[in-house]
Parts: sequence; structure tokens; C-alpha cells
Amino acid sequence: MMIMQQNSWIPLFPEQASTFAWQVDYLYFYLLAISAFFTIGIVAALLFFAIKYREKEKFATPKEIHGSIALETVWSIIPFVISMTIFLGGAVVYYNQYRPPADAMNIYVVGKQWMWKLQHETGQREINELHIPVGRKVKLTMTTEDVLHDFYIPAFRTKADVVPGRYTTLWFEATKPGKYHLYCAEYCGLNHSGMGGWIYVMEQRDFDNWLSGNVSGQTPVEAGKDLFENKLGCASCHQGGKDQRGAVLENMYGKEVKFTNGQSLIRDDEYIRNSILNPGGQIVEGYQPIMPTFKGQVTEEQLVQLVAYIKSLSGVTGTTKSSSTMTTPANTATPATTASPKLESNPNAPSNTKEPTSEQKGGNK
Amino acid sequence: MQNIDAINVSGIRAEPPVNYLTNGFTIKSWLLTKDHKRIAIMYLLSISVFFMLGGLYASAIRLELLTPASDLLQSGTYNKVFTQHGIIMIFLFLIPAIPAVLGNFLIPIMIGAKDLAFPRINLLSLYIYWAAGALIVFALLQGGVDTGWTFYTPYSTTFSNSYVMLVGLGIFVNGFSSILTGLNFIVTIHTMRAPGMTWFRMPLFVWAHYATSLVMILGTPVIAITVLMLALERAVGIGIFDPAIGGDPILFQHLFWFYSHPAVYIMILPGMGIISELISNFSRKKIFGYEFIAFSSIAIAVFGFLVWGHHMFVSGQSIYAGLVFSFLTMVVAVPSAIKVFNWAATLYQGSISYDTPMLYGLFFIGLFLIGGLTGLFLGAIGLTVHLTDTYFIVAHFHYVMVGGQVLAYLGGIHYWWSKMTGKMYPEFWGKIAAMLVFVGFNLTFFPQFILGYMGMPRRYASYPAEFQVLNIFSTAGASILGIGLMMPVFYLTYSFFFGKKAEANPWMLPGLEWRTASPPPTENFEKTPIVTWEAYEFGEENGLDLEEAKRRELVAPVV
Repeated sequence: MMIMQQNSWIPLFPEQASTFAWQVDYLYFYLLAISAFFTIGIVAALLFFAIKYREKEKFATPKEIHGSIALETVWSIIPFVISMTIFLGGAVVYYNQYRPPADAMNIYVVGKQWMWKLQHETGQREINELHIPVGRKVKLTMTTEDVLHDFYIPAFRTKADVVPGRYTTLWFEATKPGKYHLYCAEYCGLNHSGMGGWIYVMEQRDFDNWLSGNVSGQTPVEAGKDLFENKLGCASCHQGGKDQRGAVLENMYGKEVKFTNGQSLIRDDEYIRNSILNPGGQIVEGYQPIMPTFKGQVTEEQLVQLVAYIKSLSGVTGTTKSSSTMTTPANTATPATTASPKLESNPNAPSNTKEPTSEQKGGNK
Repeated sequence: MQNIDAINVSGIRAEPPVNYLTNGFTIKSWLLTKDHKRIAIMYLLSISVFFMLGGLYASAIRLELLTPASDLLQSGTYNKVFTQHGIIMIFLFLIPAIPAVLGNFLIPIMIGAKDLAFPRINLLSLYIYWAAGALIVFALLQGGVDTGWTFYTPYSTTFSNSYVMLVGLGIFVNGFSSILTGLNFIVTIHTMRAPGMTWFRMPLFVWAHYATSLVMILGTPVIAITVLMLALERAVGIGIFDPAIGGDPILFQHLFWFYSHPAVYIMILPGMGIISELISNFSRKKIFGYEFIAFSSIAIAVFGFLVWGHHMFVSGQSIYAGLVFSFLTMVVAVPSAIKVFNWAATLYQGSISYDTPMLYGLFFIGLFLIGGLTGLFLGAIGLTVHLTDTYFIVAHFHYVMVGGQVLAYLGGIHYWWSKMTGKMYPEFWGKIAAMLVFVGFNLTFFPQFILGYMGMPRRYASYPAEFQVLNIFSTAGASILGIGLMMPVFYLTYSFFFGKKAEANPWMLPGLEWRTASPPPTENFEKTPIVTWEAYEFGEENGLDLEEAKRRELVAPVV
């Protein structure tokens, strides 16, 4: 969040990080100047008249002035001319923004209550995050699985609605490496304000590194928290208190769980893992079978991290235990598992599986 | 001049034995009245109730936004709260407020008529409004609605589990109240003007209502049919807006804004009419450029129908459509600018007094100026791609709707309070409240322009921490604004029962409403007035006994 502020050259002014940003800002300053001119001029005139012509005698009858065609003409034409300059300025900026160049890098975006799913042409998938190289034109082709959403990056000064049943496009060229807010700007229901994420603008070298699967310096719990809250959007169903749609994950580790098919078991690492990869196989009593599978979207490493984080919600921190459990193959039979997960070797392989639906995210992160 | 004797001009004559308030005290005499003045009073009470209800929702919004997390209200509740704030304020307060209360009370009196052309239809409008209000309140009690006041599809048709149908029905029904009121005004203004009251002798308040009425009868049927289509889609899935079976969700936005943009002018034009009255009368100066102000109202009403697409610049409409709508939006800015310049010029060489209504009038010009200029930001299509759906938009329309319409409404209520009730409002408290409203309003909404440019999206229950400071300013301002808006409820109610008795014409003004008793008799005038003077002429030759008024002033100075 501090990144947003650190290079602002005017306090309370958003960062400029795309080729559009300065165009929009110049237009903004032009309009601010016009507004300041008219506001100061008219308010000064009002104050001057208000003081100079204040009532000096009750029920006076000042001299009548009917009006002036010359003045009316002047103050009709001047605002008209000024408003035309604003129109032209706006039109030029807009025309640039909505005419995507042919040589852009393509990214596909699907909006869905309440997450952004993105896929690079090279196959990498992302959720609520987009990594792009600096200085490259990027074109987004966007649609939605459900209601209207709007892909909005304030630092790039651009946004566009995503509409069911059609593709809309948005393009930009980032000018500065950094981490920028991504918002949904079209009201989309319950967790509208949680439907956002980050745009990571990287130097080309870092971007190449990211494409080939980078490593971070995070602990498994930290990395798992990041996956849970941001990258995979688990939090939108599994956090938020009494209204949340998915199962409560706090303080459940090591306790017995009952399934809708009558079976039960003690919740352990294996159980968490199976719940992520094949949730339909073990529906906990009292919940709807709404969670989609994440098979093919999470790597083994990420699973380890997720399990570590979910365990930490129950106060279990034994990472050593966790890692030893996690390396156990999935064939340690758990009664409710209908299929042992088949793991894909390519961590970023594209998949057609459905992403999670989500309900409520507890406030702002 | 020779006809003036028919009219009470000095304000010191004994009032008629029975006025419209004392003409019957039973509940029935109110509920079955055909008197436009009584109907206006009933509207005033109902609208105030809805305004306070909408205000409660606004308080909940501001309290929730005090902190970045959605802690006070869960996001589901927050979504319902902002939706219901919008629906109540727009459909049950802003649209009917000035026309149904002040327009209803004053238009017949201002043109020298005994009543509106269709008194029974006028009463029917009120009952329809009550029915619509009851439907909407019933929906709120059932659990409310969470679609935003804009009801965008497909969220409203297939995804929302809230009471969309019931609220939609309320809006559908409410439309008929609007249409009938508009129709009544148009017929009244055409056919019932007193002898000598030519079109260009009418007060600009009447002109503004004429323009408003045109928009009401031409625009409202469109929202009615749109809501009906929404209901059909939701109930039986006819698929007009559903892309899966060949419909188009964007079509809903076109239909919705085809009404709802002109509706913005339904809300602001009557306010502009009030401001023209206040500025001219309290500077005792003929309004500068009468014809230009009158025709700019009509121009706004006409052009207002051609700019709906500027709500949809980022919705996926064609970029050429966007450019055309941006151009037309810039054109519609001009008549509003003309009004502001004329108001300012009216003050020149006037004799300006600063009673409470005039304070509201001057504050209106300042706030409407900012509201209008920020409208240019949003009409500049390249800029609005960044600004739309952020707090910049929220700030802009509150400057126009609250800073404009609500201030004009309050100014009008104070200005004509003596005429409506026969009692003067307390000047001291009036001024305090007006200043609190002005300060509180700016503190609430100005920071939201900055928030918007920073990129804070609207309709967010939770927001990133860097936006908190400005939101705290906004909430602090809202509490001042709330106090300023509540004060008139108390001191006006008090003055109705215990206030100083008002003269027929406390400010010695030339309008016909000041040439009858306060409060007026049921028939408005003892004899049909014959108008021999132009609008806004303040001299003695127009039948105003200024010498007598000055003598009276020496004996009992007006507080």
C-alpha cells in the first residue's frame, strides 16, 4: 500500500504508471485550471456584489436592468468554445485508449463473482494478480461468467466493463515497475469490494524469470496465506465469519468430521489436501457441494504451503510434521476419498477446471 | 394599477376569516381535499419522512466507511444500505420534493389560478405516491434490495436474492404519480393563467416547472416499461437482457439511463427555478436575462434526453457512440452556465438582503458551480474512463443533487414558509442551520473528489487503508451536515405552533403569491387578480405600498 504513495509528486495523487497516465493527468489539470478560473471568478463576483450592493435601505427599488444580448452571447459562446476544447482533448485520449495496437501481448481475463481469472498466452494462469513486463503493450480480452464487472487499474488510468456474452478489450503499456491496485469497479454483488488484486509490473528479465517459475523467500505458512487470501481466492468462501459460504477452517485440525454419506474421519493433512483437490468426494455435513476442484491449478509446492497455512489456523505450527505428512503419497486411504489426486507435472499448465465460487471475504486485507 | 385594489398589497389588512388551514379540521377534510395547498402540505410531511429515512441510511454508510474494513456492517448489509439510500432519496425524495410540495402549493397562486387544472388527479398523485412509498418500505422491511439503485442486469435479473420485484413495482407505481403531476402542471400553466399573466410575465419558478413537467411526462413512461421488462425477465426469463438466449444486458442500461438521465433534470430544474426567485427577490432586482433563463430551462429539458450514453462510456458501447455522447454532454453544459452567469449578473446594482433563503440561494450557486464544472470532467470522455465508478462520480452528483437540489428546496421552504403556514421561521436559527449545512456538505463531499481521482471505487464496503484519512473527513462532515439538516425540522415545527405571525408580504415582493393573505384562503385570492406588471418589478408603480411598509418597519422591525 505504501508503494502506491511513494513516488507521488503531489500528495494525494495517484501514481502514474502507464503511457495513458500523463495524458489523462494533463487533461485533468487543464480542467482543474478551467474550474479554478470560473469558480474563483464567479465566487469573487458574487462576494464583491454581495458586499458592494448589500441592502442600505429597507424595501429599496434599485434601477432595473433587463439584460444584455451582447453579454448573453459572450457568455454562451465562451463556455461553448471551452467545452469543445475539453471534448476534443477527451476524444483524443479516449481514442488512444480504446484502439488496441496489433503488436500487443495478449492476456485473457474472465471475471466471476468475486475474483479475476487471468491467463497468459504462454499458458500461465493467475488469480487476482497479473504479472506483466514494463514497456510492453498488453492487451486484455475480457468476459465474465456471471454479472457485470469492471477491470480497473487506477495507476494506469484505465478501466473497462466486462460483460456476459461478449468480449471487451482493454490495453495499456506500463511505464514503471511496481505493484499496483486492481479493482472491480462495476458493482457485482455481495463481495464486490473484495474483488480486487494486484498488477505486478516487472523488468523484462524478472518477468522472464517469473514465467519460468520463480521462488520466493516466504515460509510455507506465509506463502500458503498468500495463496489462500490472494492467489487462489479461497478466502472469499472460507473467511468472513458467520455469513461465509464454505466450511469454517479455524480450529478444526485434528478433530473428527462427519460427511454427508455417513462416514467420518479425523481431520489431518491428507484430508485437507484431498479437500482441495477433490472437494466433491467428501462433503461435510451441513454444507452444499459448491466447491470446485483445484486439481491442476495448484502445484505440489503450493499444496504444501496451503496445508501449512490451514493448519496454522488451528494453532498447529509443526512444519516438520507437516512436511513429513505431506510427502506421504496420497494412497494412505481415507474412507471418503473417491479418487486419489493425479498431479500434473507442469505447475502452470492450463486447465479447464472450474475455479472456486466465493461468498464473503472478511473485510479488507 | 387600477386593478390593484382587488389585491391585498400592504400586508396590514386583516386576514380573511377562513384560510386554507382553518377550512376544516377533520382528518377527512384533509384526506379528501381537492385543495392543491393541502395536498402540498401532505406531500411535505410524507417527503420529510422519506428524507429522514434516506438520511439514516446515509449515516450508516458514512459510519461504516470510517474504517477500511467492513466491520460495522457486513458487506451484504452495506450493499443493501447504499442501495436503499439511493432508491429512497431519488424516487421518494429528490424527484417529487420540489414539484410536489412547492410546485403544487405555488404554481396556481403564482399564475393567479384558484387551483390546478385537475384537483382530483392531484389528490390521486398523492395517493399513488403513498402507495409506492408503502410498497418500497414494505420491501425494506421484508429484507430490502441489494442491486444498487441502478438495477443493472444481469445481477438484478438472475443473481440477486433480494426484493427486486417489490421495489421495482414501487418505482413503477411511483412513475404514475410523476406523470400525473407533470400533466397537471402543463395543463394548468397553459389554460389557467390569470388575465394579464402572459407567458413572459410568469415567474421563472413556473417556467422551470413547465420544463420539468415536459421531462416527467416524456421520460417516466420509459422507466416504467424498463422496470416492467426487468420484472418479466426475473419472473419468467423472457430473455431481453440475457445473452444466453440472445438478449443484451447493455440494452437495460440504455433504457434505464434514457429515463434516469433526464430524471436528473427533473431533480435540478425546479431547484434552478427556486434560485431564480431567491436571487431576484432578495436583491430586489429584475432578473438579468429573463428570457435566457426561461429558455435555458427548456434547452436543458430537450438536450437532457440526448445524453444518456454518457453513463455508459466504459460499458462496452461503441467508441463512436461514446464520442457523440461526449459531444452532446458538452453542449448541455452551456445552458447551465448561462443560468449561473445571469444569476451573478442579477446581483449587480441590487439591494441585497441576507435572509436565510438568500443564504441558501448564494450557497446553491457556489455548490452548483462545482457540481457543474466537475460534470465537465466526467463528460470529457478520455478522463472519465479513469473517473467513472469512483468516488469522483459520487462527489459530483451529490454536489448537484444535495448542494443543488436540497439547498434549493430548503431555501424555498424557508422563503415560502410564511405563506404556507402564516408564521415566520426564526431568522437566527435559520442562518445557523444554513451555514452548518454549507460547511458540513463541503467537508463531506469535497474529499470524495480526491478519493475518486486516487482511484477509490464506489459501492465498496471495505477499502485499502491509504484512503482512510479522507474518509474520516467525509464522515466528520456528514455529522455536521446531519445536524444542519435536522435543525429546520425542529425550529420550523416550533414556529408553526408558536412562531411570530407573518405578514402577507413580509419582504414587499411583487409576485402574486405575496399579494394574498398568509396563509391564503382556499380559493387563493378573494378576487381573480388582473396582472398589469412584468415579473420581478419592485417599484411602487406595481402596487407595492413601500412607504407604508417602511413605516411599519420602524414600528416593528423584522427580526
